[in-house]
Amino acid sequence: MSFSRATYLPARRPPVSREGVSGWLRQNLFSSPGNTLLTLFALYIIWLTLPPLLDWALFDAVWRGEGREACLAEDAGACWAFVVAKFGQFIYGRYTITERWRVDIVFITGALLLALLLSERTPGRRFIAAFALFVYPLIAYVLLNGGMFGLEVVETSLWGGLLVTLVVAVTGMVVALPLGILLALGRRSELPALRFLSVIYIELWRGVPLITVLFMASVMLPLFLPPGVNFDKLLRVLIGVALFSSAYMAEVVRGGLQAIPRGQYEAAAALGLGYWRAHVLIILPQALRLVIPGMVNTFIGLFKDTTLVMVVGLFDLLGSVQVNFSDANWAAPQTAATGYAFAALIFWTACFAMSRYSIRVERRLNIGTRRE
Amino acid sequence: MRTSLMLGVTAAVMGFAVAASATTLEDVKKKGFVQCGVSQGLKGFSNPDDKGDWTGIDVDFCRGIAAAIFGDPEKVKFTPLSAKERFTALQSGEIDVLSRNTTWAISRDTALGFDFRGVTFYDGQGFMVRKSSGVKSALELDGATICVLMGTSTPLTLADFFRANNMKYEPVQFEKDDEVVATYESGRCDAYTSDQSGLYANRLTLKNPDEHIVLPEIISKEPLGAVVRHGDNQWGDIVTWTLFAMLNAEELEVSSSNAEGMRASENPEIRRLLGTEGKFGEGMGLSDDWAFNIIAKVGNYAEIYDRNVGEKSPLGIPRGLNALWNKGGVQYAAPIR
Repeated sequence: MSFSRATYLPARRPPVSREGVSGWLRQNLFSSPGNTLLTLFALYIIWLTLPPLLDWALFDAVWRGEGREACLAEDAGACWAFVVAKFGQFIYGRYTITERWRVDIVFITGALLLALLLSERTPGRRFIAAFALFVYPLIAYVLLNGGMFGLEVVETSLWGGLLVTLVVAVTGMVVALPLGILLALGRRSELPALRFLSVIYIELWRGVPLITVLFMASVMLPLFLPPGVNFDKLLRVLIGVALFSSAYMAEVVRGGLQAIPRGQYEAAAALGLGYWRAHVLIILPQALRLVIPGMVNTFIGLFKDTTLVMVVGLFDLLGSVQVNFSDANWAAPQTAATGYAFAALIFWTACFAMSRYSIRVERRLNIGTRRE
Repeated sequence: MRTSLMLGVTAAVMGFAVAASATTLEDVKKKGFVQCGVSQGLKGFSNPDDKGDWTGIDVDFCRGIAAAIFGDPEKVKFTPLSAKERFTALQSGEIDVLSRNTTWAISRDTALGFDFRGVTFYDGQGFMVRKSSGVKSALELDGATICVLMGTSTPLTLADFFRANNMKYEPVQFEKDDEVVATYESGRCDAYTSDQSGLYANRLTLKNPDEHIVLPEIISKEPLGAVVRHGDNQWGDIVTWTLFAMLNAEELEVSSSNAEGMRASENPEIRRLLGTEGKFGEGMGLSDDWAFNIIAKVGNYAEIYDRNVGEKSPLGIPRGLNALWNKGGVQYAAPIR
């Protein structure tokens, strides 16, 4: 006879109030009178807004049509036919239609490289990164602009839509990061001249609104140049945006540098590492990891700021959408709302993706230092 | 004040610089195309079509200039400009001609150092009301609430009109065109005032365009025309006569469809217009079939008007002031002889 149990009792189910759908509801939505009230209120708001929104965007929407007549029906919802008809312009702007395959190649290779770089399991990421940073921009430039290898030249004044948005944003990001790091180091440098110049640069660019920079670049600059000398407008904007965002990036990186304890610098010095090796091997890896949220914040801001290029006559995604509102063949009550919804959807998707990816990177890099 | 001073100074500086270089026509011929400043999207005047090509009355005018010079209406490039950019772009030589629904006014014609070369479209401020209101004339608008765009000359003209007619009104002002239209549509305003072309354009975005009418009164003069830099008269002549060729062609009933056949016409006016008689291109540095190229490849004024803003377009703006002088309008072109 044994008094000790040889087998486990079968596990009992948790109480009904903590299990399944009803348990989840009880715990999360109706845990207290206050929460119940808030839940009901939120449900009410959703009930008020969601059905009309779905009606507008999906059920009453016009998907196909040749012109405004299609979207003129009584109580018609979103005029997606407008987006369908103008889709090419929203993506490529007025880029020569027969040459658009070049843009497609640049987009697809860019997306492939990005996918390879973002996944941690890719072998040889270092080489891919080097390729993406140094070779890919050249290929992209030759393909987009043409003029070499028998490719027809497509002037930048014809570029537009998502193409311009991506070109401006990606160039801004790629230039801003290294330049920003250098400026941040310069601002913390012990050489007075270097420090002084960095401070002036950062404060100057941060002190003026981006729209002013763009205006200077596109309206004032031509007046100072001798007539006939004409900088490419897109190039002027690219330089302006890159210089501008590098000043912001510099301050973000400086925040990270200041968070590194002095001991780390001293330890690096004690190991006999010089300035550059100490920074590249010890300080920057830690500092940059700390400021990932800030950097992504700056990138997202930059991505959305690209819409400002509209004021200097370049048509980015939003600009291409807006300029097409002026096509009388598509003038209908819902045209503008539909166009804006489309632009918002694309911008939101891109920014949301950036933000999710940054959270993943943070998690991975902070495994050692996470505080729960 | 300061901007106009600055513009004046830069205009003077650029004036020297431009005078020192070749003429605009030589420049244009050398680079092989006309660089034309247009708007960043204005229904019927300059807007992209489904393929992304620019269309509109301002755009067709530039195509006409290109056809006159090169015999090819496609040899033109368009620079979309904001209202703020348009004058510096012309001064700096970034564009050769500005065809961007710009009102001809003395300050622009003289102090800024520009030349207006004819009127491509006679616009003017008007009113739109609901048909159901029964209002048939702007003079019946006493006591009305009127939606108007802020920060332009529109509200000032509105105030002048009501004061001159001893009537009262209540303005509702907004900064964006969309807001003005939306508020008018919501019923908060009895009337909506803007330039006539704008009224017709915005009417298209209303839920039931047919329930609204544009009143016949025009309370301001807005002659819209093409602008060139002051000082290059040959270039200015080309711009002026491009317009005149289009108008004369309409008057003589020469259109893009019959221009080829009309070359054999016995009518001396048509023969001179199409270059079969006389050497009228020479004086401008053009070939003698310059006007034929404009008409055959772009069209006469009526064709351009109808397909962009008139009956054949969704806008449907009546010819009104823009009819020919012998048909009740004020479009009048000097003769070619």
